[in-house]
Amino acid sequence: MTSRFIPLLAGLMLVVSSLAIQADEVQVAVAANFTAPMRKIAAEFEKDTGHKVLLVFGATGKLYAQIKNGAPFQVFLAADDKTPAKLEAEGDAVPGSRFTYAIGTLVLWSAQPGFVDNQGEVLIKGQFKHLAMSNPKTAPYGAAAVATLTKLGLFDALRSKFVTGENVSQTYQFIVTGNAELGFIALSQIMTDGQLSGGSAWIVPADLHEPIRQDAAILANGKDQPAARSLIEYLKGEKAKAIIRSHGYDL
Amino acid sequence: MPSDANFAAIWLTLRLATIATAILLIVGTPIAWWLARTHSKWKGIVGAVVALPLVLPPTVLGFYLLIVLGPHGPVGQLTQSLGWGVLPFTFAGLVVASVLYSMPFVVQPLQQAFEAIGVRPLEVAATLRASPWDAFFSIVLPLAKPGFITASILGFAHTVGEFGVVLMIGGNIPEKTRVVSVQIYDHVEALEYAEAHVLAGGMLLFSFLVLLALYSRKGTSAWK
Repeated sequence: MTSRFIPLLAGLMLVVSSLAIQADEVQVAVAANFTAPMRKIAAEFEKDTGHKVLLVFGATGKLYAQIKNGAPFQVFLAADDKTPAKLEAEGDAVPGSRFTYAIGTLVLWSAQPGFVDNQGEVLIKGQFKHLAMSNPKTAPYGAAAVATLTKLGLFDALRSKFVTGENVSQTYQFIVTGNAELGFIALSQIMTDGQLSGGSAWIVPADLHEPIRQDAAILANGKDQPAARSLIEYLKGEKAKAIIRSHGYDL
Repeated sequence: MPSDANFAAIWLTLRLATIATAILLIVGTPIAWWLARTHSKWKGIVGAVVALPLVLPPTVLGFYLLIVLGPHGPVGQLTQSLGWGVLPFTFAGLVVASVLYSMPFVVQPLQQAFEAIGVRPLEVAATLRASPWDAFFSIVLPLAKPGFITASILGFAHTVGEFGVVLMIGGNIPEKTRVVSVQIYDHVEALEYAEAHVLAGGMLLFSFLVLLALYSRKGTSAWK
C-alpha cells in the first residue's frame, strides 16, 4: 500500500522545492506611465541580482482595488503619492518603505509634426475636434491635465472636446492613431534616450499643476521577501535613476 | 437610486442596443437566409467571418476598429470624404462596432430557424403560385418567429453587455459613448463601490431575466 504513495510524495516534494525557488520572484504592480522605463530597469535588475521580476501594468486606481482584494503583488509603483500612502495607512503596505521614485512630466502631444507649438497656443486656438486625456478621476496625469486647463482658463471652453482614456497608455493610443488630434500624456511615453520619438509636443510648465510625485512601496505580501527589498533599493540606485531620467522624469 | 450620470449611461445603453438590434435584424436576415440555403463554396468563409466575434477578444476588434475607422484608415478616409467625419468617439461609431460584435448572436439563431423550416413549405407555396417574396413573408417569417425572437433577445442583451470594444473606441464621453459597462468600470476604478453596486447589480438582474425568458419559452430550445 505505502509504496503507491512514494511517487506521490516525490511529486509533492518537487512542487514544494519549485515553490522555494520561486521565492526569488517578485511581482510588481506598475502604473501605466512607467511601463517603458520599468521594463528596462527590470531587465537590468534581473541581470544584476538573478531575481526574477513579473511586471503588471495598469491604472493606479485599478491596481489599488486589486491589491485591496488580495492580488499577489509585492511591490507597487504608483502614478501618485496618495495611493501608496493610503495603502500604508490601511496596513496593506510596509511602513517606512515608501519613497518617491520619479516625478512625472505632463506633456501636450500630437502625432502630427508641427501641430503642437512649444507654448501650448494650440489650446487657445482650439482648432481640433478631440483633446485626449486620462480619466481625471483615476489617473494622476488626467488630474494634472484638468488642473492645467483650469489654470489656463480653458477648461469650460474645451470641455466638449474631451475624450478620456482609461490610463495614459490608452490616451496615447487615441492620439497616435490620429483619432484625437492631440492630448495630455506623460513625457515618458514619447521620450526614449532623452529624445522626442516623433510628432510635436509642449512640455507643460510644472507650475500649472501639482507635481506628479510617483511613489513606490513594499506591499504587505512582500514584507519578508528579500527580492522585494532588493528591487526597492535598486530603484534608488544610480543605474535605475539614469534610466528614469532618460525617459523624461525628474528626480 | 441611480444618480443622473448612471441614468444617462442606462438610457444611452438602451438606445444603443435597440438601434443595433434593429440594424442587425435587417442586415442579418438576408445573410442568415443565404447561409441556410446556399451550396456556394463561399458559405464556409461567410459563416466563419460572421462567427469571428464569438472567439475574438474584444481588444482585437476594438484595436482594428480604432485603426480602420480612424482618420488614416480606409473606412475613416471614406467617411471623411463623405463629410461625416470619423466614427471613433461617436455614438454612430458604437452602433457600427455593436453591429459587428453582436452579428453572430443574431445570424446564427436565424440561420438555424431557416434551416429547420427546410425547402418543402416553399416548394408547396411555389406550386400554389406564390412569388418568392410572398412565400418569404407569409410562410418563412411566421414559421421562423421563435428564431427572430431569440435573435432579437440575444442581439440586444449582447450589445448591452459589450465592454471591451466600447472602451477602446468610445473615449468615455458622457451621454455619447459612456455606456453602463464602462460606467461600472469607472466607478470601480474610482473606488465608488456603492455606485458600482447599483449598476452592476442591475446588470446582473437584467441578464438573468433575459436568459430566464429565453430558456423558459415553451416548446422551443434556446437557439431556435
